[in-house]
Amino acid sequence: MSEPVTSLDWRGAGDGGPGDLVVRGAVALDPRAGLERECDIVIRDGRIAAIAEAGAGEEPEGAEVIDAAGMHALPAFFDPHVHLRTPGQEYKEDIETGTRSAAAGGYCGIVAMANTDPVVDEPETVRALRERAQTEAVVPTGFVGTVTKGMRGEELTEMAELREAGAVGFSDDGLPIRSAGVMQRALQYQHLVGGTILLHEEDPELTRDGVMGEGAVSAALGLAGVPSISESTMIARDGLLCLYEDATAHVQHLSARESVDAVAAAKAVGARLTAELTPHHLTLTDEAVRSLDANFKMNPPLRTEADRLALIEALRSGVVDCIGTDHAPHAINEKNVPFEEANMGVIGLETAFPVLYTELVEPGVIDLGLLVERMGAGAELFDLDPSTIAVDAEANIALVDLDAEWEAGADGWESRSSNSCFNGRAMRSRILMTIIGGAVAFRRRRFAVRAA
Amino acid sequence: MRHLLSIEDLDRAGIERICERARSFADVARRDIKKVPTLRGRTVVNLFYESSTRTSSSFELAAKRLSADLVSIKSAGSSVDKGESLQDTVATLTALGPDAIVIRAPHAGAAQLITGWTDAAVINAGDGKHEHPTQALLDVHTLLEHLGRLDGKRIWIVGDVLHSRVARSCIRAFGLMGAEVTVAGPPTLIPRGIEELGCAVSYTLDDIGEADVVYGLRMQRERMNGSFVPSLREYAIHYQLNSRRLNPRQLVMHPGPVNRGIEISPETMDGPSSLITSQVASGLVVRMAVLYEVLAGGERPRSGRGDASSGATSPASIGEPA
Repeated sequence: MSEPVTSLDWRGAGDGGPGDLVVRGAVALDPRAGLERECDIVIRDGRIAAIAEAGAGEEPEGAEVIDAAGMHALPAFFDPHVHLRTPGQEYKEDIETGTRSAAAGGYCGIVAMANTDPVVDEPETVRALRERAQTEAVVPTGFVGTVTKGMRGEELTEMAELREAGAVGFSDDGLPIRSAGVMQRALQYQHLVGGTILLHEEDPELTRDGVMGEGAVSAALGLAGVPSISESTMIARDGLLCLYEDATAHVQHLSARESVDAVAAAKAVGARLTAELTPHHLTLTDEAVRSLDANFKMNPPLRTEADRLALIEALRSGVVDCIGTDHAPHAINEKNVPFEEANMGVIGLETAFPVLYTELVEPGVIDLGLLVERMGAGAELFDLDPSTIAVDAEANIALVDLDAEWEAGADGWESRSSNSCFNGRAMRSRILMTIIGGAVAFRRRRFAVRAA
Repeated sequence: MRHLLSIEDLDRAGIERICERARSFADVARRDIKKVPTLRGRTVVNLFYESSTRTSSSFELAAKRLSADLVSIKSAGSSVDKGESLQDTVATLTALGPDAIVIRAPHAGAAQLITGWTDAAVINAGDGKHEHPTQALLDVHTLLEHLGRLDGKRIWIVGDVLHSRVARSCIRAFGLMGAEVTVAGPPTLIPRGIEELGCAVSYTLDDIGEADVVYGLRMQRERMNGSFVPSLREYAIHYQLNSRRLNPRQLVMHPGPVNRGIEISPETMDGPSSLITSQVASGLVVRMAVLYEVLAGGERPRSGRGDASSGATSPASIGEPA
């Protein structure tokens, strides 16, 4: 039994509900609905009322008409992996700026991680966050609770209480769950409480003091490397635990080909494991770190071209289920320091689709339909309906100009932080408008509309 | 040359030019009055975030021999010690208008990073485990003085390559000069992928007899016991440079400071084929040459300083006593 994305907490469509909209003349592309054609999309009361031949869609009285000829209408995206830095680190991001960033990236739903300050390990914190989201979030937002108290990896949180308070799942993201015993208990407890467990897979014993992917580049730079086995051995462990406990877990941000193999092996024996990839791991390698620019420092780290190709193949084959950005804002002074000193993580919501389109779809590496499908599939981890462009579906649509050219970061960011690994990069394709539950959640300036 | 951040900033001709200049400064160093006016009116800041004896003192002396004004800042006792960020420290120093900043820092890329925050020429005096380019240049200079050329020479670099910025700079520099470089040491101290810098890898010293030059690296005691090698004793048994392993024709080098009796035996360190004290002497003249290169090298007209006519750009002034 799944729920609409708008059942997550957000500011909503505004007083009196969403107005009616007609999106005229866009090419609607939705592999889930088997749709790819130029059409008019009529939106009424937050739902798609009709998909008509281009030019034939009737305009409800008072509807806003969007001339979208030459644009693509895609099912809006879902990001299962965002850091909103609230509570405690609002100088990096808060619920409003983070969700504005998501809306600008074409997202209709996101899930915020719990490694905040304090961490989200108490039901009261979940309730407080949800309340704030109801006034500040421009995009429906779910919050996970931590798996262990204080993210210390020792004792389970009151997972049932957290679920009752509205936690959409559980994660100690930012840190691994080091103890196999604790991980097993969490998976057992899932049978009572439900909710998937999202895993940052890393063995600190193998990461040691690593700050970038291990290989020729780390050897040349004299930076301590993180071996791929730091990630893959933990995935192998947790795949076996999931299978044994007949439980569900989600592997976040794969970085290495060995990790792909570990996920594939777990799935092959029937483990209910899902997996995610980030745009940066799909488009960059450790060669970027030669610049020693701390905006290429993230955890897990960028790895070799062979790893990147394996990740792309995993996206294609279905070993990996969805794309998540791991949007991780940091202030300038946390990045404008020597590489080894810098915080880990990059922002990603506003560049996810454009960079994947530019680097993978346009050169013909993957199909646009596959990208669209994987960018929406994260909703399913939380038993939410992925967006679809079909009559009666909730109207969650990203309008995209696939031919638009722009430079990442040149106009600044909606996010409070600017630590993008794509700053200055030429992008092709741009989100012009994001419609959530029939309401316009984001509109790029100078994108003209008229009233009917 | 605007800055010296990495050996990668240089080609073979650049290394030869610096070594040639160092040779002419060595002539000066043999005179009664060892000071030349070459950098008179220029200011050099030594910014050292790590303890250092030979590198900081040889940069200080190099600047003084060239008549530059010198400020030395060590992290202990400075505002750095009080938590000031690198960016703020460099901004503060830059407000004083230095012509060059010599920086030693515990993090890779620190020297490169500060080039964005200052107009001064930046010289990397060691950045984390990344590079120590003036060490490699003084090593090349030392070898050129003894061998004439490095083409085809076999150089073995032995020990803790993983943590060694000296090794990374030397592999690059020796390679540029035509040498064949092998790194050798325990598998736990040889980083994966180091071959791509252009060296061979050996986990034993069985074939060290082929080497023309053997370069020992410092074993850092604090890094060792238990974590990378079981004990320094076991390390010494397998990797110590001593008269049992080396023949008298093989030149022996070490960047210092030496752990006598661990990576190198006392008799080898003090033996006739040891170049260790020559390296220290080369350090001074090579650092003079590097300061000259970035401040008066001629490739870079320094605007707005108004001292272009002081003779600073003319190599001929090298010989003039101050």
